[in-house]
Amino acid sequence: MNVTVREARAAQKLSFIDGDIHPAFRQISDLYPFLPARWREHMQTYGEHIRQGLTGQLAYPRMMASGMRADAFPEQGPPGSDLELMRKQHLDANGVETGMLVALSKGGMEERNLDFAAALSRGVNDWQIEHWVEPEPRLRAGIVVPQEDAAFAASEIERRAPDRRFVQVIFSPRATDPIGHRRYWPIYEAAERNNLPIGLHSAGFSGGHPSTPSGWPTYYMQEHYSFFTAMQTVVTSLIFEGVFERFPKLKVVPIEGGFTWAPALGWRMDKHWERMRSEIPHVKRPPSEYLRENFWFTTQPIEEPAKPEHLAEIIGWLGWDRLIFSSDYPHWDFDHPRHAFKFHLTDEQKAAVFRGNAKAVYGL
Amino acid sequence: MSRHVVARADEIAPGTHKVIEVKGREIGVFNLGGEYFALSNRCPHEAGPMCSGKVTGIVLSDGPGTYRIERLGEFVRCPWHGWEFDIRTGQSYCDPKSTKIRSFQVKLEPGEELVKGPYVAETFPVTIEEKYLVIEM
Amino acid sequence: MKLPLKGAIDCDLHPGMPSMADLTPYLDPFWRDQFENRHIDRMGFVLTSYPPNSPLTGRPDWRTPQGQPGGGLDMIRTKALDPFDTRFAICNVLHGAIALFNEDMSAAVCSAVNNWTAKELLDQEPRLRASILVPAHNPELAVKEIERVAADKRFVQILLPVMGDMLLGRRIYWPVYEAAEKHGLAVGVHAGSTYRWAPTPSGWPAHRTEDYVVQSAAFEGQVVSFLAEGVFQKFPKLRLVLLESGITWLPSLIWRTSKEWRGIRSEVPWIDRSPLEIIHEHVRLTLQPLDVPKDEPDIVARTLEHIGSDRMLLFSTDYPHWQFDGEDALPDGIPEGMLQNLLIDNALETYPRLRAGADSGDTGGRNKETVP
Repeated sequence: MNVTVREARAAQKLSFIDGDIHPAFRQISDLYPFLPARWREHMQTYGEHIRQGLTGQLAYPRMMASGMRADAFPEQGPPGSDLELMRKQHLDANGVETGMLVALSKGGMEERNLDFAAALSRGVNDWQIEHWVEPEPRLRAGIVVPQEDAAFAASEIERRAPDRRFVQVIFSPRATDPIGHRRYWPIYEAAERNNLPIGLHSAGFSGGHPSTPSGWPTYYMQEHYSFFTAMQTVVTSLIFEGVFERFPKLKVVPIEGGFTWAPALGWRMDKHWERMRSEIPHVKRPPSEYLRENFWFTTQPIEEPAKPEHLAEIIGWLGWDRLIFSSDYPHWDFDHPRHAFKFHLTDEQKAAVFRGNAKAVYGL
Repeated sequence: MSRHVVARADEIAPGTHKVIEVKGREIGVFNLGGEYFALSNRCPHEAGPMCSGKVTGIVLSDGPGTYRIERLGEFVRCPWHGWEFDIRTGQSYCDPKSTKIRSFQVKLEPGEELVKGPYVAETFPVTIEEKYLVIEM
Repeated sequence: MKLPLKGAIDCDLHPGMPSMADLTPYLDPFWRDQFENRHIDRMGFVLTSYPPNSPLTGRPDWRTPQGQPGGGLDMIRTKALDPFDTRFAICNVLHGAIALFNEDMSAAVCSAVNNWTAKELLDQEPRLRASILVPAHNPELAVKEIERVAADKRFVQILLPVMGDMLLGRRIYWPVYEAAEKHGLAVGVHAGSTYRWAPTPSGWPAHRTEDYVVQSAAFEGQVVSFLAEGVFQKFPKLRLVLLESGITWLPSLIWRTSKEWRGIRSEVPWIDRSPLEIIHEHVRLTLQPLDVPKDEPDIVARTLEHIGSDRMLLFSTDYPHWQFDGEDALPDGIPEGMLQNLLIDNALETYPRLRAGADSGDTGGRNKETVP
C-alpha cells in the first residue's frame, strides 16, 4: 500500500463524540441472564406485547437489509451486536472518542404489560453495562425506561443515576399521551434532579396512535418521514405543557428526529402562542426561547439541500451550540463524520458539533 | 496515466466482481457477461464501500402500483444509503447528471504487454493464451 | 406591508358560516323532516378546530356586533374585499357537516352548503369564487357532489380537511382526484380536523393552541402521502393547494423527501423524478399564516429562497382568522420580483377556472340546480 496515502489518512483522523450508536442482542437469549426467571419464561412463552399486528418484525419493512448498513453484519448476530466489529468499523476506524448507546430493542418502552416492561428495562440497562460499557470505555449507556409507568421509570432513574456511565434517560417519544403530559412529569423530575438529559428516539412500534393525524401511512417512505413530524409534536408538547417552567434545567435531546424543521417550528409556536396566550398562561415565555435553551438535536440523518449553504443558514438560525453529531451506526442511513456535511465548517463550528456540545449536554 | 494489472481475467467470472487496490485506491472490477467494468469503491455520497453493496437490477414502474425489475446484475446499490449506480457507466440512477461514481477503463490485454501494478510483485506465469485485466489510471 | 397593487386574488376567505336555518331551504323534504325531528336543525355544526370565540377564529374588527366571525356579504365586501382591492376571493366554507359519521347525512348537508354558497354568495357578489365542500369519507358520494356542482365554473376547487379519516394520497380517494382533474378543479386541503385520530402520534394534546400548531405536521404528512402514493403521476394535471398551513415547514420537507427518494426509490418506483421537482410543479400554499418571526424580512426572503420556487405561494387573507393586523397582509421581505406571481399570476395558473372568469369578465354561469 502506498505509505504516503496511509500517513495522510492518519493525519486527517477525527476524534469526535457520537450521539447515537445502536447496540443489539446477538440473540434474545443474551438478555436472559439479566431477567428474573419468571420474566425469562414470560418472554419465551408470550413474548413482547406491542401495538402492532405482526410480532418479531416491523409492519413497515425497512429498505436495506432490515434497516442496516449491508456491510455491518458480523459473522453471527445482527449489525450492532458485535463489539469487535463495531470497534473495527466505527469506533476505531472513524475516531469515536465517546459514543452514546441508544438501546432501542427489548427495553420495555413499548411493552403493554407494565410489570414485564419494568423487568425488561432493568435487564437492558444491566446488559448495556456488562456487554458494552465495561469492556469498552469509549461507550456510554442510556437509562432505558418504560415511560408509561412513570413511577417505575423515576425509580429506575434514581437507581442508575449514581453510575455516571449512564449519561441520559431514554424512552420512546411515540408514547400513549403527548409526552409533555403531567403523568410523565415524575420522569422529568428524576432526570432534572440527577442532571441527566432525556434522549428521545423514535423507534419501530407505536404507543397506540397512528403515526399521522390522518391515520397510518402506506409506505416506509412515509413511516420514516413520520419520525420527523413526531419529533415536532414532541417539542410542541413539552413546551406547551409547561414542562420547562416546572423543570427549567431539564435537557431534552431529540435523537434521529431531524433538526432543520426546528427554527420554523419555533416561529410557528411563537406566532400562535402570542395570539392565544390566554389559553396557555403557564407558558410564560415565547416558546422559541425554551427551544433555544432546553433542546439539543442530533444531526443524523442530515439533510442535503441542493445548495449546501442553505443547511448552514438553518443551523445558524438554530444555533451551532444546539447540534450533536451522530452517526446512527449501524443503520442504513448512517452519517459518516467526515462526509456528512457538504459545506465547510469553521474550526469553531466543528469543535462544537463534533465534541463541545455533547460534552456540555452529557457532562463528559 | 499509467497502466496497472489488477487481476487475471479468469479470476473474475461473469456475474461476479472483485475489489482490488491500485495506487492506494480501492477499485471494484465487475464482469458483466464477459465485459469488464471497473468502479471506484468509494460512493460519491458519503464514501461508503460501494462494491460490497448488492448487485441487482433497476426497478422501474409504469405507474403507481406497478413494478418491474430489469437489467439484473447491472446495477450496484451502495450498502449504506442504497443509492443505485449503473455498473457500466458509473452513473447514479437518481441523479444521472450530477452524481457519478468514478469509473475506470478496463482493458483486456494479452500477457506479454503488462508491466505495472500490484501483481508485478507476485510470481505469475505468463503465457500467450492467458489474459490479464489492466486498468489505466 | 400593504398590497402594492390592485387586483389580487385572495385564495382563502371564510364567510360567516351558514346556520342550519340558512341551509334548510336547500335540503330535500326527507332531510328537512329528519333534522326537525332530531333537532339537527338547531345545531351549529361548528368544527372543534375553530372555537368561535377564540382570538384566532376572528379578528376583533372582523366579527359581527354579535361576535360572529366573518359575517355576511356586507362585511365581506367592506372588510375583506374592498380594503385589499381584491379581484377574486375564493370562499372556503369549512362546514362541520364533514365531521358527521353518517355519510349520507354528511353528503346532504354538504350539498346544501354548496347550494347556499352559490345562491347567497356567488350569485350576489361577482368577485367571489368558492370551493366545493365534499363528504371525503365516502369517495363515491364526494365524486357525485363534484359531478353535480362542477358545471358551475365559479367553483374552482374541492375542499378537504388536513386531518380526516385517512391520508389523502391513498388510492381509495383517487376517484375524487380523477373527477377534480377532469373538471380542472384544484384539490384544496385546509387546516382543520374531523378528529378521527389523535392530532399527534402520541395522542391528544391538552390545548387548542397545540392542536393548531401541530397541524403543520399534518400538512407535511399529507404532502408526503400524495408524493409516495404517486397521485401526481396518476393525475399529472392535478394541483394540490395547502390552505392555512404555515408554509415555513416546507424547505425541510423538500430536502428530506428528495434525499430519501435516492435510497428508497425502489419502494415507490413511480416517483420518476426528484420530489423537489414534483412539489414545485404540483403543490401550492396560501400565504396566511406565514410562520416567520416579526420584523425579520431577511428570514422571509431566505426561507422563500430555500423553497426554491416563486410559483408556489398564493396570496390569501384567511379572513376572518386573525393572522395579521390592519391591512398588512404581506409580510416584509418578499422579493419585489415575486409579488406579481404571489398576488395574481400563481392563482390564475393554479385555478384554471379562475382564468375563464378572468378572461371573459363574466361570473362564469350559474349553478342550474340550486335546490336538489
